[in-house]
Amino acid sequence: MSSVWTRLEPLLARVQKPARYLGGEDGAVVPSAELSPGGPVAWLFAYPDAYEVGLPNQGLQILYEIINERDDAVAERTYAPWVDLAELMRRDSVPLFSVDSHRPAGDFDLIAFNLSSELVYTNLLEMLDLAGLEIHADRRGRNDPLVVIGGHAAFNPEPLADFIDVAVLGEGEEVISEITEVMVSYKLAGKPDRAAVLEELAQIQGVYIPSLYEVTYDGDRIVAIEPRSARVPAVVEKRTVADLGAWPYPRRPLVPLTEVVHDRLSVEVFRGCTRGCRFCQAGMITRPVRERPAQQVTTMIAEGLARSGYDEVSLTSLSTADFSDVEGVISTVLADAVDSTACGNTTVNLPSLRVDAFTVGLAAQVASGRRSGLTFAPEAGSWRLRSVINKLISEDDLAATVDAAFSEGWNRLKLYFLTGLPTETDVDTEAIAELGAMAARIGRAHTNRASVTLSVGGFVPKAHTPFQWFGQNTEDELRRKINLLRDATRRERGVQVKWHDPAASVAEGITSRGDRRIGRVIERVWRAGGVFQEWGEYFRLDRWTDALEAEGLSLEWYVHRHRTADEVFPWKHLSAGLHSDFLWDDWQAALAHSGVEDCRWTPCYDCGVCTGLGLEHVVASVVPPAGGSQGTGQDLVGAAAASSAVPVTLRPGSTA
Amino acid sequence: MILRLRSTKIGPIRFVGHRDMGRVWERVIRRLMLPVVYSAGFTPRPRISFGLALPLGAESLAEYIDVELDGPIELGSGLLADLSAAAPIGVDVTGAALLERPVRSLQQTVTSTTWSLQIPDLGTDDGRLADEVERVLSADEVWVTRLRKAETSTDEVRASITDLWLGETPGEVCAELSALGRTLRPSELCSVLFERIDPADVRIRRLAQWTCDDGPRREVLPLLDDVTATPGRLRKDSDDRSTQFSIWRRHDSLIGVAGI
Repeated sequence: MSSVWTRLEPLLARVQKPARYLGGEDGAVVPSAELSPGGPVAWLFAYPDAYEVGLPNQGLQILYEIINERDDAVAERTYAPWVDLAELMRRDSVPLFSVDSHRPAGDFDLIAFNLSSELVYTNLLEMLDLAGLEIHADRRGRNDPLVVIGGHAAFNPEPLADFIDVAVLGEGEEVISEITEVMVSYKLAGKPDRAAVLEELAQIQGVYIPSLYEVTYDGDRIVAIEPRSARVPAVVEKRTVADLGAWPYPRRPLVPLTEVVHDRLSVEVFRGCTRGCRFCQAGMITRPVRERPAQQVTTMIAEGLARSGYDEVSLTSLSTADFSDVEGVISTVLADAVDSTACGNTTVNLPSLRVDAFTVGLAAQVASGRRSGLTFAPEAGSWRLRSVINKLISEDDLAATVDAAFSEGWNRLKLYFLTGLPTETDVDTEAIAELGAMAARIGRAHTNRASVTLSVGGFVPKAHTPFQWFGQNTEDELRRKINLLRDATRRERGVQVKWHDPAASVAEGITSRGDRRIGRVIERVWRAGGVFQEWGEYFRLDRWTDALEAEGLSLEWYVHRHRTADEVFPWKHLSAGLHSDFLWDDWQAALAHSGVEDCRWTPCYDCGVCTGLGLEHVVASVVPPAGGSQGTGQDLVGAAAASSAVPVTLRPGSTA
Repeated sequence: MILRLRSTKIGPIRFVGHRDMGRVWERVIRRLMLPVVYSAGFTPRPRISFGLALPLGAESLAEYIDVELDGPIELGSGLLADLSAAAPIGVDVTGAALLERPVRSLQQTVTSTTWSLQIPDLGTDDGRLADEVERVLSADEVWVTRLRKAETSTDEVRASITDLWLGETPGEVCAELSALGRTLRPSELCSVLFERIDPADVRIRRLAQWTCDDGPRREVLPLLDDVTATPGRLRKDSDDRSTQFSIWRRHDSLIGVAGI
């Protein structure tokens, strides 16, 4: 079928931000082949949120490029049409289209959604529906595209089990080609049998086919999740790329024609994080740590800047200051910028900064005069609670960090916290206010304009983390804590509080640990008009709670209930490589305020990933940064003894 | 030294707005490593300025950009080709001139602009179009109700319409509109001409921008000493996007701006 452009073009004159729907970015690949039964395998990579959010997504850009380098496959992209265009598309029967060739989504062989959070699930249904496809997998036909999901949220794909054909666990660089090869044969054979190709795909490590597994319930409880066929594995293991240096992608970064949320070059400096923060799903599911060679990082930056015309580069990872040669890379980039006469204004952006003075030094090095604001994430207010979540930053560390930041010329600091963490009491909430007051006090010694923003988000327990057993705080409880914090800071000069809507945390909680029965809830929310749930103007919690009620499901059961050791989780048959014993022991250690060290610099405590998947850390330096065992410049045992009645103990076999 | 460029904006790029085009041009300039002057302050930006904003959705054969330089460049057809190659499809640089400072800004320079309004095929025969054109031209007063900054006002705009004529293709009306004072937008002219047609259905294209100091009006870019090129014939060699499946095609059929 041909392009929908001639029918789309008149609609674009009537919608907001029509540049979202054009494609044509630098780095975009224009397909040269027909989408036909005899043609190459056609992937449509879909991001179920607005273009300006989805375009910068690196995972999507990497896979788009890898597939387009193949001779036997093509890849295009699509993003969720904003509500104004979706309405016009339905009115005029214009189907969901790719932005590269503007061909209908339904003409592709696979539609692969990148899911970075749970609140976009209703948009996945919206996009399938706009594509003219049945939203339920079992009602789609032989010639319909296979619907695939990947990304962090795919580690619990069960709420989407009714709607998708395939979920991919872990990193996509290698598995995407293995899937493509199966699809090439299947397509050559004339797509004879959908069930058979799904069973074939299930032979690939990392590929999970929900329809091939049977879930058995006893009342509300899940009692078993078992394969329906002897050919599929009882447990699906995630995929992990052993050597990030073998994948220097994207080589041709997409440079948008319109403003997007991260409008700069991104270069991923390492993948994985073993700091062991117990609330952090990303840190748990992306292990082990794999650094990109520093030389490759500097080359990718230089070539990316020259190619794109950007003057800003972001060094991305889960904790960029942990990159072994971060100072060397920054020095090289800044020196290169000075050398090239025309581009003397390169800005280096360091997201996800650790809380320590070394980090402030890095930030000062890249700030080149501009000192707008600096953000750190202590995550919890008290040392006691930080030892529960294993974010082992002492009060002295924080004070030193804040002092360094203000003395380097910053006058606005932002501190991120989670509220609703396990074992949290009002003492911990008040400790957030005290930290804010302390930071403002330190700041005033340097400047009259010192300002500290405390940003608070409600904690949502995630699958494959030590906190997966924890019952999430209720909306009322989260609100009460936020109000407590607001009251406690009301008279503090220079301290502001900002917070994430607790209602959105509840909706996120429904889906994050949901099982297959939550699929009907997602469908109801979507049918009631609940799209773009990450956008405050479209989010309404009552759509979610009404849908739960209509399905006879309990908010208490799915969100607020503490799980016990015998819980069969909906993702029991899906593995991020972590032993369930490790997760349970770490949960118990959390409740006992016992910390674990970062295993990239200290002996292995056998979380299961490296041993089970045959992987190892790839780091250029075996010495932790800035001396301390947690990279915070502190002596763990000493700090614990000095600052807390509940000492953090190091696990047997590790060294301080 | 100011490098003044004239470029097209044809095809899907018409849906990229004025502010976004500013960012696009900054990246084009940096890709070519032109010796551009940066602004002072904590967030230095290349000193680039633009003329009258083109409405979102409108095409153009004559957009102007001033780039402030602090070093020498060679002004030749190679520069035009390099600029066009670094710019998105549909943006072709068709003229360039180096101007010694001080230079009057583009905003101050432009006195009038020429537009083409392509009316969709909605049963409007050209006889009707000719009548409408005649009606507006012969009117002493032309009133338009328009929304500006969330406030509706009704204004008399006849003086803004310098000229009006039928274009060469069926359904095309051309207009020269004054750029001085409170200007009349082409979409507003559409609603004056055709009450029953939604301006969103009219394909609008800016054909030329004029300047006038005492003598006859002339194109903004001095045509005598500058370099010109025909749109669409410039290389976009990084990757050829002109496959049958792309909306991003070259526009080989376009004629140059001369003769308007």
